[in-house]
Amino acid sequence: MPIDNNENKEFKPVIVAFCCNWCSYAGADLAGSSRLSYPADVKIIRVPCSCRVNPLFILRAFQKGADGVILCGCHPGDCHYSTGNYYARRRMTLLFSMLDYMGVENGRTRVEWVSAAEGVKFSQTMNEFIEQVRSLGKNVRLEDLRCKKN
Amino acid sequence: MQRIGVFVCHCGTNIAATVDVKKVVDVISKEPGVVHAEDYQYMCSETGQQKVIDAIQNEHLTGVVICSCSPRMHEGTFRKAAEKAGLNPYQLEIANIREQCSWIHKDMEEATEKAVILARAAVAKVMLDTPLTPGESRVVKRALVIGGGIAGIQTALDIADAGYEVDIVEKTPSIGGRMSQLDKTFPTLDCSSCILTPRMGEVNAHEKINIYTYSEVESVGGFVGDFKVDIRKKARYVDMDKCTGCGLCQEKCPSKKNLSEFNRGLSNRTAIYTPFAQAVPNVPVIDTANCIHFKTGKCGICSKVCAAGAVNYDQKDEVITREYGAIVVATGFDTISLDKFDEYYYNQSKDVITSLEMERLMNAAGPTGGKVVRLSNGEHPKDIVFIQCVGSRDVTCRGKSYCSKICCMYTAKQAMLVRDHYPDVNVHVFYIDVRTPGKNFDEFYRRAVEEFDVDYIKGQVGKVSEAPNGRLLVQGSDLLDNRQIKMEADLVVLATAIEPSKDARKLATMLTASMDTNDFFTEAHAKLRPVESPTAGVFLSGVCQGPKDIPETVAQAGAAAVKVVGLLAKDKLTTNPCTAESNPLFCNGCASCEKVCPYGAISYEDRQVNDHGIRETRHVAVVNGALCHGCGACTVACPSGAMDLKGFSNRQILAEVDAICR
Amino acid sequence: MQEKLVSRAKELLSDGTVVRVLGWRKGDTDFSAEPAFFESAESLDEFTYDGFCGANLSKYMIKASKEEGKTLVFLKPCDTYSFNQLIKEHRVDREKTYIVGVGCDGKLDIEKIREAGCKGITAVTEDGDTIKVATVYGDKELKREDVILERCKACKGGKHVAYDELAEGCDEEKPAKEGRFELVEKLEAMAPEERFAFWQNELSRCIRCNACRNVCPACSCIKCVFDNDRYDTAQKANTTTFEEQMFHIIRAFHVAGRCTDCGECSRVCPQHIPLHLLNRKFIKDIDEFYGEYQAGEDTDSRAPLTNFTQEDVEPSIVKERG
Repeated sequence: MPIDNNENKEFKPVIVAFCCNWCSYAGADLAGSSRLSYPADVKIIRVPCSCRVNPLFILRAFQKGADGVILCGCHPGDCHYSTGNYYARRRMTLLFSMLDYMGVENGRTRVEWVSAAEGVKFSQTMNEFIEQVRSLGKNVRLEDLRCKKN
Repeated sequence: MQRIGVFVCHCGTNIAATVDVKKVVDVISKEPGVVHAEDYQYMCSETGQQKVIDAIQNEHLTGVVICSCSPRMHEGTFRKAAEKAGLNPYQLEIANIREQCSWIHKDMEEATEKAVILARAAVAKVMLDTPLTPGESRVVKRALVIGGGIAGIQTALDIADAGYEVDIVEKTPSIGGRMSQLDKTFPTLDCSSCILTPRMGEVNAHEKINIYTYSEVESVGGFVGDFKVDIRKKARYVDMDKCTGCGLCQEKCPSKKNLSEFNRGLSNRTAIYTPFAQAVPNVPVIDTANCIHFKTGKCGICSKVCAAGAVNYDQKDEVITREYGAIVVATGFDTISLDKFDEYYYNQSKDVITSLEMERLMNAAGPTGGKVVRLSNGEHPKDIVFIQCVGSRDVTCRGKSYCSKICCMYTAKQAMLVRDHYPDVNVHVFYIDVRTPGKNFDEFYRRAVEEFDVDYIKGQVGKVSEAPNGRLLVQGSDLLDNRQIKMEADLVVLATAIEPSKDARKLATMLTASMDTNDFFTEAHAKLRPVESPTAGVFLSGVCQGPKDIPETVAQAGAAAVKVVGLLAKDKLTTNPCTAESNPLFCNGCASCEKVCPYGAISYEDRQVNDHGIRETRHVAVVNGALCHGCGACTVACPSGAMDLKGFSNRQILAEVDAICR
Repeated sequence: MQEKLVSRAKELLSDGTVVRVLGWRKGDTDFSAEPAFFESAESLDEFTYDGFCGANLSKYMIKASKEEGKTLVFLKPCDTYSFNQLIKEHRVDREKTYIVGVGCDGKLDIEKIREAGCKGITAVTEDGDTIKVATVYGDKELKREDVILERCKACKGGKHVAYDELAEGCDEEKPAKEGRFELVEKLEAMAPEERFAFWQNELSRCIRCNACRNVCPACSCIKCVFDNDRYDTAQKANTTTFEEQMFHIIRAFHVAGRCTDCGECSRVCPQHIPLHLLNRKFIKDIDEFYGEYQAGEDTDSRAPLTNFTQEDVEPSIVKERG
């Protein structure tokens, strides 16, 4: 339908990015101070560590209308708290695998390790992720009501 | 009712050029709970801060949101201002509309819209902020050093010289450690005991240092600044106060055929013994497994000959409890077992020895009085083969994947000394790489090759066996010439990999300090905090953290001491208030949280709870705020949601999510 | 079997080893059984152990552990895994438990017997692998394999991993059955749209009765996170079906690495939602990513989600494997 196509062009996804305070949030700051742009669709929530991110937060974001959720943390081995991102890695691997198993597009979730020095990587990652979520379109599978068979 | 104030910073034009700050103020002022909103050129300036202070006081604000640069820049600044105005500093949140908005977006409408959303999320969070107060805990002005080798000795001396009391716990009968077993040290070739013995004496005489030899740490409780440690003083059966160290007991002891640990089993010692002549303290211990009195109830000669009456067969182990503000781990290393390396013939031939045994052999106080001989027949060797990387850089499961770091240099040293003492002996060294990064290290190695004619062969040895003539047959390869080598040797010296002391893991568990897969203690940060364990108050000195030579060990020992002194110099520790907290009404006691805590901050207590009128005792998690760093790993491990993180609570993060997705 | 269990229970009650017995009694019909506590020899007359005693009693030991005195509990092999897991999580008191391991040849599903064409059932008797069904329309013989509970088709085997004594006939070796992950694999092989349609169809039937949560031995929280107002996820009438999805995903996530695959969730679901397929997906992933792990096999190993290795797979594996 032509109308849908039009909507798709205008489509501005809602993207929630959880960033750990020590690496990725600093990486996002560096992207900012280096003026490395990425679309305004991304909104960052600062958490102390990637291991603070509860699967509930991610599902809640989808429930409230997010089209994509990305989690950024320190590179494995570089966690400020030594081991936090290792736990986060297992949790997210299993959660994302489950969402995939339930038929939710796996392009809507992502984990990326971004250090405080990787402003470029942060900006590139966000650009890529947004592009991917845009290509998937609006999140209808997990969002409100649409799960119900009509 | 919450009364929130929002302050939007222009940051000159840094923000205002892309974000319509007036519009942000306009929109946000209509948010429920927001009673005050204003914008200003530079919020971080004195005037800007004063605006925040005035508004808090005049409008009776219960929470403040600053829309400005990254919280990593000025969160501290604004929190101080809030505190000055009488608001709890943790009831202030920053919306990052510069680095994460105005600097990266070009379209004003888009950037403004995003700034509003970020401000809303911060308002949502601040509404749920609770006043937090950093805790305080005491600092016991005494340090414990576990391990009495050069690392522990140096750390103890440095701490004690700064004026603090130090206890050293050493499991063997004497301090001195591995360094006391070495002959000469690279690259200067000064004698190891000549430089170590004065240090041992210094430690012994230091009025601030207390040494517990023949003792082990049995349990560790408490936390940074306030540890409680049980130390088991094993019975020596010799009264430390009475013994004069005359040595008569050892002379007369009839049980003489016990392998000397100090000489790596290359000589014998008596059942009552001091490990070596310069032992500190110079008080013997009785090895009950070999003592005739303990085995048969007879003998008792040592007791009879002791003029001081120091021998006491009834002595018992004693457990003492001491308090410490800081703990330094300096547990050192051992060489790996060669049981899985039969190709080197170590267990089969007396003439195949480890390099640590070679140190004893070359030492004037060693089993051969410093003469390098074939141990099988006491003959003078003609050819000696050194094999490097025995068990190091070994990716099979037999050895260690890491480089033991010291072997290249001590092999060069031993090879050089052999050539120096016995110019008639041919010395060959098989190596994978020669690694000499250190001051004067490469020069040293070059001297071995160029001045002392040591024959270096790049390649590994595949097999050592016995030749028909009774000598050893070494088969290896020369990778540079691409040929197989067969040579006869009289003595083969294995540069055996080093590994952390066997007891280290048990100790790490007691300390809740983390270890890597090789049982080396993990540092808090590989680059920036290399002498601290992630467990607050626990510091690392020497090889327990990773392979090191003596100068590096001493440097790290000093660094650890400085960190300890920095801690002990404080009267009180303030603790980060953003810590985890468990609600005993929701906690199941399942212990998932405890397992993921990197700091050992979570323990379990039986607590009386009143759950809607039901009084019962429950096994629940309790977080020690002094140990918790606030990572939040436990909050996600907790299935019931009993565990929450102050300052980043579940409700707060969900509120932010809701505000963004709205 | 039943008589022997009852007489053993009476012995243990009378010699003071235990003060109560946790077992089963007949439920609403003859073809269902429910967990029950028995405190006297007389009350044991109601005790039953037959093909319909599918209920896993281990979770009831949480309550019994808070009572005075020791409780005798009868556990089937798969139930003992749940019991071990509860010990690991400090939810039951081993000292207050006396376990008699009972044998199991696979428990029966009355629905499947009906589906096999039996109407007006009056009695069901077991004879080895043959199930004899008496109905008002005559007798019928069915194969046990065809009418056992879904979970018994992936039986972990006949081994009790925790017990004080074993009832007669428990010592025979019974291997684990193959094909535990067949259905999960079938779903994985589907296109994402098909998978979505499958789960949409299944989960949209959820009425949030919480039976799965209440029966699950791993769901042993004193207060569920979905009842916790500090989370803002407190249970209420579902306003959206997403909440059902969220509930089941989070529930499966919370029991991941702790779920022993006892299958009680699917057994009790009044809407016949195959909830165990969510749990099994996590189990399969854990086995593949982090090495084989059977929750409840022991009481001290570290669960996969409270553990890690530096070489763990990255979450991008989900995308890469397609």
